[in-house]
Amino acid sequence: MADFFFGLPVVVQAVVKGLAVILFIFPVAAACSMAERKVSAWIQRRPGPNRSIPPFLVGIPGTRFLQRLGLWQLMADGGKFVFKEEPLPDHVHRVYYTLAPVIAMVPAFTTVTVVPFGAYLDPHGGVVPLVLANVDIGILAVFAVASLGIYSLILAGWASNSKYPFLGGVRASAQLISYELSMTLSVLPVFLWVNEPGSSGSLSLARVVAFQSGTSGWGGAWFLFTMPVSALIFAVALFAETNRQPFDMPESEADLVGGFHTEYGAFKWSLFFVAEYANMIVGSAVFSLLFLGGWNLLPWLPLATLMEGLHHVTGWAFWLHPLAVGLVSIAIFVAKVLATIFVFMWVRWTVPRFRYDQVMRIGWQKLLPLSIANLIAYAVGIYFLQG
Amino acid sequence: MAVIQVQRKTLTLVERAYLPQIFGGMLTTIKHFLRPAETMEYPEERPAIPPGYRGVPTLVMDPHGREKCVSCQLCEFVCPPKAIRIVPGSVAAGAGVDHVEKAPQAFDIDMLRCIYCGLCEEVCPEEAIVLQTQYSTSGYSRAELVNHKDRLYELGGTLPDKHFKWDVKKAAEERAGGRH
Amino acid sequence: MIQPATSDLITVTIDGREVSVPKGTNMIEAARRVGVDVPHYCYHSKLSVVGNCRMCLVETGMPAVDPATKAPVIDPATGKQRVNWGPRPAIACATNAMPGLHVRTTSPLVKDCREGVMEFLLVNHPLDCPICDQAGECKLQEQSAGYGRGYSRYIEQKNVKPKRTLLGPRVMLDDERCILCSRCIRFCKEIAKDDVLGFTDRGSYTTLTCYPGRRLEGNYSLNTVDICPVGALTSTDFRFKMRVWFLKQTPSIDAESSAGANTLLWSREGVVYRITPRQNDAVNDTWMADSGRALYKAIRGDGRLDCARVNGAESALDLAVKAAAELLLRGGAAVVGSGRSSVEEQFLTRKLAVALKAKAWLVSRVGEGDRILVSADRNPNVRGALVTGLVDALPSGRLDALGALIDSGSVTSVVSMGEDLAAAGLSAAQLARVSVIYLGTHANATSAAAKVVISTLTVFEKHGTFINQQFRIQRFARAVPGPAGATDDLVALSRLLGAVGRPIATADVGALWTAIASEVPALAMMSYGNIPDTGLQVDGTPWAGLPFAEGPGLHYSPAAPAGKEASRG
Repeated sequence: MADFFFGLPVVVQAVVKGLAVILFIFPVAAACSMAERKVSAWIQRRPGPNRSIPPFLVGIPGTRFLQRLGLWQLMADGGKFVFKEEPLPDHVHRVYYTLAPVIAMVPAFTTVTVVPFGAYLDPHGGVVPLVLANVDIGILAVFAVASLGIYSLILAGWASNSKYPFLGGVRASAQLISYELSMTLSVLPVFLWVNEPGSSGSLSLARVVAFQSGTSGWGGAWFLFTMPVSALIFAVALFAETNRQPFDMPESEADLVGGFHTEYGAFKWSLFFVAEYANMIVGSAVFSLLFLGGWNLLPWLPLATLMEGLHHVTGWAFWLHPLAVGLVSIAIFVAKVLATIFVFMWVRWTVPRFRYDQVMRIGWQKLLPLSIANLIAYAVGIYFLQG
Repeated sequence: MAVIQVQRKTLTLVERAYLPQIFGGMLTTIKHFLRPAETMEYPEERPAIPPGYRGVPTLVMDPHGREKCVSCQLCEFVCPPKAIRIVPGSVAAGAGVDHVEKAPQAFDIDMLRCIYCGLCEEVCPEEAIVLQTQYSTSGYSRAELVNHKDRLYELGGTLPDKHFKWDVKKAAEERAGGRH
Repeated sequence: MIQPATSDLITVTIDGREVSVPKGTNMIEAARRVGVDVPHYCYHSKLSVVGNCRMCLVETGMPAVDPATKAPVIDPATGKQRVNWGPRPAIACATNAMPGLHVRTTSPLVKDCREGVMEFLLVNHPLDCPICDQAGECKLQEQSAGYGRGYSRYIEQKNVKPKRTLLGPRVMLDDERCILCSRCIRFCKEIAKDDVLGFTDRGSYTTLTCYPGRRLEGNYSLNTVDICPVGALTSTDFRFKMRVWFLKQTPSIDAESSAGANTLLWSREGVVYRITPRQNDAVNDTWMADSGRALYKAIRGDGRLDCARVNGAESALDLAVKAAAELLLRGGAAVVGSGRSSVEEQFLTRKLAVALKAKAWLVSRVGEGDRILVSADRNPNVRGALVTGLVDALPSGRLDALGALIDSGSVTSVVSMGEDLAAAGLSAAQLARVSVIYLGTHANATSAAAKVVISTLTVFEKHGTFINQQFRIQRFARAVPGPAGATDDLVALSRLLGAVGRPIATADVGALWTAIASEVPALAMMSYGNIPDTGLQVDGTPWAGLPFAEGPGLHYSPAAPAGKEASRG
């Protein structure tokens, strides 16, 4: 099947991959939105949405559980976004106003393609990452493309031709600039360490995972433990980049009504929404790859060792089949991503929103110096370590 | 001076770092996350109505089925939002309660105006208007939310009576036997 | 103010305050002058004193004098003459002023007395307050707040008496509530001169009844309801209609006759519920006739005009006024004013007549006077028409002269200020010959025949003044708003004046009075605001020689012998 796929023209491959991304990210982002509502409800000791159910499903076993989980609510919401009236305010710049949510989607989906999401073992026992586009610049591609997403917010804020959205857009751009630096500086030590002197340099995320797949020594330990400060800075910057609470300055409904999306409604608004969750998913994935060992189950227990161990214990050759390895690796990776997403939500419903000046102060006066110091410290440390 | 200067507490380094507070907060929220929900799922679950609850104002009958209200209009007078409207009238002869002389011809309580303060119940000299346990009022039109006399008696039902004031009065009248 | 001769004044001391009162004043009235309220039930300032309720018990005393030397005994503690207080309390209503009399109304003994009297009065009084119409204006309720016990010591069976006795067509008696003050009996005997009420039986069984074969059905029966201090006598008309604490009181004037009894209109939310007399010692004391109390029913009565009409079709006021002016400006106009219009309206009616160069007519309405408060002239304001100069002679009951002018063709349009021309003697043919402009409240043959109808307000819906038989100018105020399509008479008249080319500056009563005061000699120096609630005497000497219809009445005696029916006809 793989041969058949790779035999297809490149254009068709690209279309299939793109469709795969859309068909995957859209439902997952939607599910995240429901998860968000449920998590917030449970944190606040509420049941959350648990009422909607299509009348024809009432009484069928199992639907009750899905109803309590809010699944039908999710579908109803999705349906509503598609079918409700599309308002187009009089005072907006129509072209850019319509363009902004589309632009929000593009980087969100594009970054997905360069994120490895699993691995299989080739016949020689080598680990081959599963990724839609295994580009060598990896992390740079993620950063570069993800940053483009901010244009949609600025564009939305400007095209809305209204005060609150405009302020939201301005805040979004300022926030992005403030935290992008720290974020990039915080991951540099990771790549300093991964790219040993003499090896061909690579910014590929798969390579970072490969580095964390060692069975002993520094290599097997996850970067979360060897570089906690980097991980923290990256996490905080990630919150800011994805405009998640406590950093959702562009939206900030308490003081900006709805920020950049004040003038948006219906499907356009839902695109912003999906883009936000897609960014969150990609951010979580990158965090898992960089600091949580990717598809490795535990520190010093890499995927290959795990599968061979399973094969050894159970005696089933099936465990070494690429499909099994792929599924297990994807499961481990997805579990980590979901856990990270849960932390995102957990923080959102715990910490109140910062003031705008606090956001700026944290970004420039705290995180940036900290990340520079962190970089220098690790650069020196790695110099001595790798000699 | 009425102004008291309070020195702001200086924060320690740990406090200024803010992270311990965040993690402390996350610990709190995860505890709540793991506990069961407090929510009462309303139409299926109903709250227990405590004694003395002030629900929808209703008109009640005494155990002998006589309407207690004599339309003295004190509730109409005391009602702060002017939700009560009474048209007083006399009791028709021959109903067996004509010694009471007075009864409301019409008695309307506008539930869109009512504020459930209970002053009507407090002021009623006949203990005829009572705020009972009914708390859910809804309707599709304004007119529907004006409780008329029939509806008020339907909501109110019968409550026990300690005095039977008017029955005592009637008995005395019969004992006197026309002689006075 | 001229000081009365001092010899008629007697100084008494009430609660330590000295007050000079005319000889013969009782202590309730004297105390009232210094602002001290002595509670009472049976006493009424306009009725004889019987002293049977005992509520007004006060302590009295006289200054102490040395029996031997007749020298005042000075109390060394205060340096003033000592007072020898009487051993027993006395009823204030039957204690007349004596020189040097001292009265205590707040002493513990007096309070004790009042509490004792209240307890006895309440022994058999039913707990009817929730259903009793008197609640809210009940003296028993008021005093029980101050001197009531709050609980009953009476363990025996309460007396049971008839609850619903019809004494007359308008008065219902609840015997249980009666406290036997006998005010009603005295009223009938002394004021209405219709002695029908009395007590039968004895002790607790005492009952108020009519004399055998008689009923309380005189035209003054409802005054017994007014003066009843409790809810024993109730009006069948007002019974169970509305609690008095909801009712707004508006001072007004009884428009049924030229006696001009002062009244109070009791209304709530635009609805008049009853009319009661208002005290005016120069006109009606505290009484009024039953007939005047039913007049409010006309407000919502049948045939109320509720919109302006031109040729029978509903019309806007502007168009009606324009149509009327067109008819009037053709020449040959006549104006029929009304003795029921207010002084202000008559003033404007005269202006309209002058503007149209038309003769002004008036229709008299003469009935039989009852020598009390219904005078023979059933127009409340004929003297207003004389004073304002609308007419200069007394009107006749029929408009035959106007009819003759119509027949001759010299009158082609008639403005009627609410007068039914058909009832005043114009035939249907005559009405058909002229263009009638009718400004009135209720439909009648004239409004049906009128080319232009402008609906106006009743006396209960507008401000104004009447001049009664005594040439006393008295104000009435608006108690309720008029119906939606009705226009204030003054507004209608001023619009008409404007349309015929003589605009006036204002249609507001208060502002109109500047013009009235400057143009009407008898009303000079007056303004609407400075007429007191009890009215102001107008100098009527210029019209003293006219043969007015009224016979003698309460506070009125005609200058010339009445009943000159022959002189007008």
